[in-house]
Amino acid sequence: MQLDLPLLSLVIWLPILGGLWVILAGARRDGTARVTALLISLATFVISLLLWQGFDTTTANMQFVERMAWIETFKVDYHLGIDGISLPLILLTTFTTILVVGAGWEVIEDRINQYMGAFLILEGLMIGVFCSLDALLFYFFWEAMLIPMFLIIGMWGGPRRVYATLKFFLYTFLGSVLMLVALLYLYRQTGSFDLGEMQAVALTATEQKLIFIAFLLAFAVKVPMWPVHTWLPDAHVEAPTGGSVVLAAIMLKMGGYGFIRFSLPITPDAALALDSFMIALSLIAIVYISFVALVQQDMKKLIAYSSVSHMGFVTLGLFMMFDIYAVTSDWQDAAMGIEGAMVQMISHGFISGALFLCVGVMYDRLHSRQISDYGGVVNSMPKFASFMLLFAMANAGLPATSGFVGEFIVILSAYKANFWYAFLAATTLITGAAYTLWMYKRVVFGDIRNPKVAAMSDVSGREAAILGALAVMVLLLGIWPAPLLDMMHVSVEHLVQQLAQSKLSVANL
Amino acid sequence: MNDIALVIPEITLLCFGCAVLLLEAFCGKQKPQASFWCSMLGGIVVLALLASYVPESARFGFAGTFRVDVVGTVLKSFMVVLVLLSFFYAREYYAKREQPHGEHYSLAMFATLGMLILVSANSLLTIYLGLELLSLSLYAMVATQRDSPIASEAAMKYFVLGALASGMLLYGMSFLYGVTGTLDLSELLIKVSVAEDKRLLLTFALVFLLVGISFKLGIVPFHMWVPDVYHGAATPITQFIGTAPKIAAFGMAMRLLVDGLWGLAEDWQQMLVILSVLSMAIGNIVAIAQSNLKRMLAYSTIAHMGYLLLGMLSATASGYAASMFYVTVYALMTMGAFGLIVLLVSRNQENDELQDFAGLARRSPWFAFMMLIMMFALAGVPPFAGFWAKWFVLKEVVQADYVWLATLAVIFSLIGAFYYLRVVKLMYFDEPLRTQAIEASQDLKLVLSVNGLAVLALGIAPSALMSVCVSATLPYLPW
Repeated sequence: MQLDLPLLSLVIWLPILGGLWVILAGARRDGTARVTALLISLATFVISLLLWQGFDTTTANMQFVERMAWIETFKVDYHLGIDGISLPLILLTTFTTILVVGAGWEVIEDRINQYMGAFLILEGLMIGVFCSLDALLFYFFWEAMLIPMFLIIGMWGGPRRVYATLKFFLYTFLGSVLMLVALLYLYRQTGSFDLGEMQAVALTATEQKLIFIAFLLAFAVKVPMWPVHTWLPDAHVEAPTGGSVVLAAIMLKMGGYGFIRFSLPITPDAALALDSFMIALSLIAIVYISFVALVQQDMKKLIAYSSVSHMGFVTLGLFMMFDIYAVTSDWQDAAMGIEGAMVQMISHGFISGALFLCVGVMYDRLHSRQISDYGGVVNSMPKFASFMLLFAMANAGLPATSGFVGEFIVILSAYKANFWYAFLAATTLITGAAYTLWMYKRVVFGDIRNPKVAAMSDVSGREAAILGALAVMVLLLGIWPAPLLDMMHVSVEHLVQQLAQSKLSVANL
Repeated sequence: MNDIALVIPEITLLCFGCAVLLLEAFCGKQKPQASFWCSMLGGIVVLALLASYVPESARFGFAGTFRVDVVGTVLKSFMVVLVLLSFFYAREYYAKREQPHGEHYSLAMFATLGMLILVSANSLLTIYLGLELLSLSLYAMVATQRDSPIASEAAMKYFVLGALASGMLLYGMSFLYGVTGTLDLSELLIKVSVAEDKRLLLTFALVFLLVGISFKLGIVPFHMWVPDVYHGAATPITQFIGTAPKIAAFGMAMRLLVDGLWGLAEDWQQMLVILSVLSMAIGNIVAIAQSNLKRMLAYSTIAHMGYLLLGMLSATASGYAASMFYVTVYALMTMGAFGLIVLLVSRNQENDELQDFAGLARRSPWFAFMMLIMMFALAGVPPFAGFWAKWFVLKEVVQADYVWLATLAVIFSLIGAFYYLRVVKLMYFDEPLRTQAIEASQDLKLVLSVNGLAVLALGIAPSALMSVCVSATLPYLPW
């Protein structure tokens, strides 16, 4: 059944080359750019489904491995491979890109070929981040990804786009360059950029802490964790709808992925030593940022803050495991927290993407994101109102939606670690419901106060298809998350086993 | 006979340089293109001659004053290629400005000759000879725009400060000679390492040599000439000064510090650390305040030369390879960035203000993209070649146990990213001031595209150039 194709290379390079082609060919005729971009994104999605179909869920080994020398002199390899942690994120990326291409269909009129091309190139680079097993290749994709996003926000963004995009770029760049120094230091210790060797190398406690902090800056900015989250609301508000969707649905996940792939396995003892710090930051994000979200006047800003708060669950789930183990002495319990974090990442990808698309749909009609400009949208857009209700409920963590699964698993395992972690994390069930549903109430229900709202037309077929696809995913993941959990279970167990072994005893010899 | 065989490329270049001079004098009016093509031909012949003889181990000639080895030949080839590339830009510039320009080629060829000698020097005197030939040609090139007050000022400043730096260099050399009794770098290497009792005097001499080297590279605090000369000179001359001579200056630093004064490595390492940090700091921070692109690129050069020193100060063979890679990639990127300014030049105006780049993406998407490549490459963002240059030197610094220095360097590159991004912002996010399409000849478009795509290609597949640099510097194993 298995075709002998380099599927991972295909799924990375097809969108990148396709994107370049869309940009170059579309310079003459704009009309074809949309269709070509859609076809390329569909083809990429199909390839990623082939990956899923060929994926073996019984092993934690890297699969679909491709390896060849890139820079032979310094043992840098073009080394790709996926496990159960990267596969769901790749599927999320390819799925989301189709929606983003669809969402920009009629809305973007200016330089459409460049818009579509930029998103396709971005897609390829993001998948590259999730597949890289060579630290330098990872860094290569990780940084390169900033360029298309920088241009997307700056070229098609709102009035303060230049400020927002520069802030986005410089913030992320700050974290990344320090990560580069950490990677170079690891190279000095191992003589290779191979991720496996970096994970295996013994390091002293001080080394681990410094490397952990360098990684933390890179990944915490991306997640984003409190207090380095301030670029996110700006970037989200100014980015075009597609840009917001990609930022929220995929780019934020790279921070979480980085923690799982780099911080935890390379510096397990530092993660143990600093875990209460990380948990504190996560809980601040969950509790404090929820209140910040509550007072927002701008819908996009509100969803952006809600993203920061929800991503707090991801970091909480990841760094709780040592506490859980300390209480229950069972690594199975510890693994649950990480699985919860993973489910939360995927689910947040769908929900926040969907909410940004909803705001985009309304913005295209009224050209405002202020909550106060709306009210009574349900009267003119009933179909839209029901879609948005589903996503709002999912954002508030309603059972039977995907939002519930991730938060529930994380809170459940938090309870095993410490009652107060669980208690503080669970406040989100109240505050999350409060800010999401209050916004929904003010925007969708009530009387029509703004005459322009009355003139808003309901969702078009294209918009309904996009929102419908997301609604299916949100419900599917909420009702039957088993396929996702199966996909990553073995890989997460493997990760936990890696973490269970301290690197210190070896380093001190 | 054997001596002559070693310098055949240099002799050929000299002949072609003189031929261009005569050609321009006698038929410059009738056939304005003749000197361009003659110089191109000369460059290609020199390149072929260089490629035809690559010795396995170093060969010495002229009583040990001239040295031909792999690293020298590789550096020379890079320089000649860059000089040829710059001639295309120069021709376009002068055609647009409708200025006569025959002397540009002959002066550039003499400057190139100086660079070749400099890189092949194995004696303090040969170094001085090459350096002066190079510098005097450059002073004259800057001064050729005699009607422009800023160009005259730049030439004056360049000349006076350059003469001062040469004086410093000579002073240092005289001390070295006084202590060791030799001018020959190979002998110097041995005598310096055994002259423990005269360490203080040697270090004293070293300081003066470093002043000379720093001046040529444009390292803080000997950078004062850089912004004025870059801004004042005509764009293709700035482009010329900013590319190949940097490689030559790197070659000179290698010859002096490694071939000659390896015994003082501990001392010059410390000094280079300070110089490098200062350059990265001042260059990157002051560049933010510039409104003229040429001036901004001048400060960016200062910063980049700081990064170049990072590789050298690690004092290992692969550190030199890193610096060599850095300076080559740097020259290629700078060539392209100045090439874009040449593209925008109009008959009466230089158009080198940052504002002139506003909305370039609407006027000419392809060339805006080329500039985008150059800017992100200079900022050190993958997938462009500039990233690998930074990566390579940082790797060597970390290997040499200077993790703090690497951290400082990346922080400064973050600051540097801002002003490169500002150019991208102007091109892509702002509306154009002028809307007319950009006029340029097909040649220039081709050369610019090749230049830009080369920076991209080297970013995706840096392996080949890296291994050339590594194998060329392999003989430089620490003793």
